[in-house]
Amino acid sequence: MNSDCLVELAQDIIKRACAAGATDAECTIAEGDEFSANVRMRELENLKEAGSRGAGLRILIGSKTGASYTSDLSPEGIGLLLKSAIELADITTDDPHAGLPDRDESGSIPGDLRLHSPDVETLETGFKIDCAKRAEAAALAADPRIFNSEGASFDSHVGRRIFANSRGFTGEYRTSYCSLSAAPVARDGDSMERDYWYTMARGFAGLEPPEQVGRIAAGRALRRLNAVKVETQRVPVVFEPRTARTLLDNLYEAVHGMSVYRHESFLAGRLGEKVASERITLIDDGTLPGLFGTSPFDDEGVPSRRTVVIERGVLKNYLLNTYAARKLGMKTTGNASRGLTGNAGIGHGNFFVEKGDRTPEEIIAGVPNGFYVTELMGFGVNIVTGDYSRGAAGLWIRNGELAFAVSEVTIAGNLKDMLLGLEAVGSDLEFRGSVAAPTLKIGEMTVGGK
Amino acid sequence: MRFSESVFAARFNITKQDLEAYLAEALSQGGDYADLYFEYLLTSSISIDESIVKSAAQGVSMGVGVRVIAGERTGYAYSDDLSPEKVRKAARVAACIAAGPGKVEKFDLNEGARHNLYPVLTAPTETAFAERVDLVKRADRAARAYDPRIFQVQAVYADNLRQVLVATSDGVLSLDRQPLARLSISALARQNGGPPQRGHAGGGGRVELDYFLKEKTPEHFAAEAAREAVVMLDAVDAPAGEMTVVLGPGWPGILLHEAVGHGLEADFNRKGVSAFSGRVGQKVASELCTVVDDGTIAGRRGSLNVDDEGNPTRRNVLIENGVLRGYLQDRLSSALMRSDSTGSGRRESYAHIPMPRMTNTFMLAGESAPEDIIRSVPKGLYCVNFGGGQVDITSGNFVFSASESYLIEDGRITRPVRNATLIGNGPEALKYVSMVGNDLRLDEGIGVCGKEGQSVQVGVGIPTIKVDRMTVGGTA
Repeated sequence: MNSDCLVELAQDIIKRACAAGATDAECTIAEGDEFSANVRMRELENLKEAGSRGAGLRILIGSKTGASYTSDLSPEGIGLLLKSAIELADITTDDPHAGLPDRDESGSIPGDLRLHSPDVETLETGFKIDCAKRAEAAALAADPRIFNSEGASFDSHVGRRIFANSRGFTGEYRTSYCSLSAAPVARDGDSMERDYWYTMARGFAGLEPPEQVGRIAAGRALRRLNAVKVETQRVPVVFEPRTARTLLDNLYEAVHGMSVYRHESFLAGRLGEKVASERITLIDDGTLPGLFGTSPFDDEGVPSRRTVVIERGVLKNYLLNTYAARKLGMKTTGNASRGLTGNAGIGHGNFFVEKGDRTPEEIIAGVPNGFYVTELMGFGVNIVTGDYSRGAAGLWIRNGELAFAVSEVTIAGNLKDMLLGLEAVGSDLEFRGSVAAPTLKIGEMTVGGK
Repeated sequence: MRFSESVFAARFNITKQDLEAYLAEALSQGGDYADLYFEYLLTSSISIDESIVKSAAQGVSMGVGVRVIAGERTGYAYSDDLSPEKVRKAARVAACIAAGPGKVEKFDLNEGARHNLYPVLTAPTETAFAERVDLVKRADRAARAYDPRIFQVQAVYADNLRQVLVATSDGVLSLDRQPLARLSISALARQNGGPPQRGHAGGGGRVELDYFLKEKTPEHFAAEAAREAVVMLDAVDAPAGEMTVVLGPGWPGILLHEAVGHGLEADFNRKGVSAFSGRVGQKVASELCTVVDDGTIAGRRGSLNVDDEGNPTRRNVLIENGVLRGYLQDRLSSALMRSDSTGSGRRESYAHIPMPRMTNTFMLAGESAPEDIIRSVPKGLYCVNFGGGQVDITSGNFVFSASESYLIEDGRITRPVRNATLIGNGPEALKYVSMVGNDLRLDEGIGVCGKEGQSVQVGVGIPTIKVDRMTVGGTA
């Protein structure tokens, strides 16, 4: 099947679903090409290149839903896709809140959102391999203690997404990204540590130079060497942007509309209340051109938008799709997200904390005794209660300076207290993905060690 | 299963001659080895939330992955279209990794030996949806009936049937039909308008639907999820710092998966980036510890008749009486390390390059009675259920997060405590194992392991064990 026929295919699937008895239908078709080159110890290790596509269908018969997907776009495969969805609607239960977005909510942001950069498709394989080699070489050359490497990778992806529904919406957009990463290993005596660094952009022109990626990765691995385990104590904790971002992943789950209507979130039922320090303003914005969380419309065909989630400490909005909005008696925020199959879930756009006015150096300088966290491990965050307990590694702050490496410790607290106890927001906000945070300092947490 | 009966021959008209031609194409630029992995995957899932069956979905995904190995280099390409021209194209792309004269080889593909660990007549995926939807409805009712404080229940039943064909330039032709089913339940409890607490349970395996009707019923899993949620209502803050930790039997075996399992995967060791690199023959655990990875246990979630490179799975001893015995090998690493494959080459799908992975990882039973282990601890933590874990291969540091645990005071289990992460160092942690129970149990069949972006199903198991020293990440 020709690529250009996919929009027609989506519309045809909708028509056929309705002819077969569906009262509403929505169809997603995605296709993509991926490339990945991995080098290790200056030699090419893996080279991967391929393309794939698939179609997903969700139908409603009254207020019952059925869903199906297939990677087989032959007439036989599409026939099975339609038959499956219709049959499945029969076994689900009537759900008065199920359904497509209202017509006046559908739509798409006009204009070029700069999600696709043609240069990703024209890069020569040899050039991409060379970028990875340069990044790794810079890491290996950074210091004699960098003695090994897990390699460096150049990855790229171009994709296309098509969405159509039976209320007359049809939309499509193309995306691309490329990324370059390096993961060197450092050793000093018995101590061996690995770390990584990466750069990612919609097009090659947006990537940082390979040598810079390698050098930063090496510096990160080196500063972890000879780490010690500290005594158990309560101290201020500073999260560098890479770890601060994971706090936003936790907050995202807490403002996720599905968690909210199920009372599965410690932020459920708290709209309008002060839930965080007034230093925090948390935004979800799916409209920022060129960024990774941007799209013209969400996965239900509702335009992406900017939503203020927390404004100077006050909880203002949850992130909603049509279903969660109806459950909560609210309006969708254009945050529907789905793979090819099933009901739409919820996703975020560009989800970030607005930057503050203090440099990371100033924040660290203000801590007499504390922990600067550069790595977090594990899944010890309970969104229902806010209980937070994760493995951590980083650097100890003594008298306002990064003094020595720390590992094999935990940090623990409760997200409710952590949000209210947020004492500083850095000025160093940058987007290396769709979730971004500047350096953040929390007044006090328990560091579990010896 | 015979090749001629497989979906690939019957539905897609693929012949042995085709397979041989694709392998020849893959080796047309040289290279030491090539393989083809054909996959035809049917999936279905049903979920209930608020007592409403809100979602039912099924799907088909299929494709072929072509791999060429030249020295330490791997070329990989895949296609979700099984037509001859698309498979040939993928073979040509993968072939580019090698640079040399093509090999004119005759591949004599023969179906190799394999286990028969899940002789499933009818896979759950092939049964009527009406029977399967009943599982989530029963789970929902049972969890709510368990205790009036349960106010939210979600249950997801998911199954799939994966048909695979592996053909290699070594002449191996391997077919398998891999059913898998899992029921997962999450329940929320609340009392007197206080904050809610959550409990989780679930299980399954490579089983027929009968398993959920006769052996592990929806009511069994539902009661377990509801019980955990209700227990947690009275939880106090978890302690912080180093202390004695007792792990209960079953799923707490995730300790082994994180502390030693990943670090013993051969790719990390071949590259010298694992904390266990070069330590075969050394003592890495107390002599009470014998840890195995066994892909041959009938019906288990982590079991496979053949791995995803076409080799029969095995029972591999990783640590014997505290001494490191060996690594988990796939084809590439075993060839480069001059060792045998341990049947541990796995991949998420046709779109992924295989690598060494675990199957079912567990510690053999010891001699202590579980009650004696608890009684021997004046002050410590008793952990019976966990969420996920993670490991830093290079430093060896690992974490795993307790979702249900209790204080031990004066040899008695007392109050439940809130969720806490435990942290340790792989080559050190098991040296502090001072008692091993006689109650080895494998988990109920819910594990998913992630590595370098690829998810595969695994199992774990452990008897009750006492670890004299481990850091607990609470707040108290």
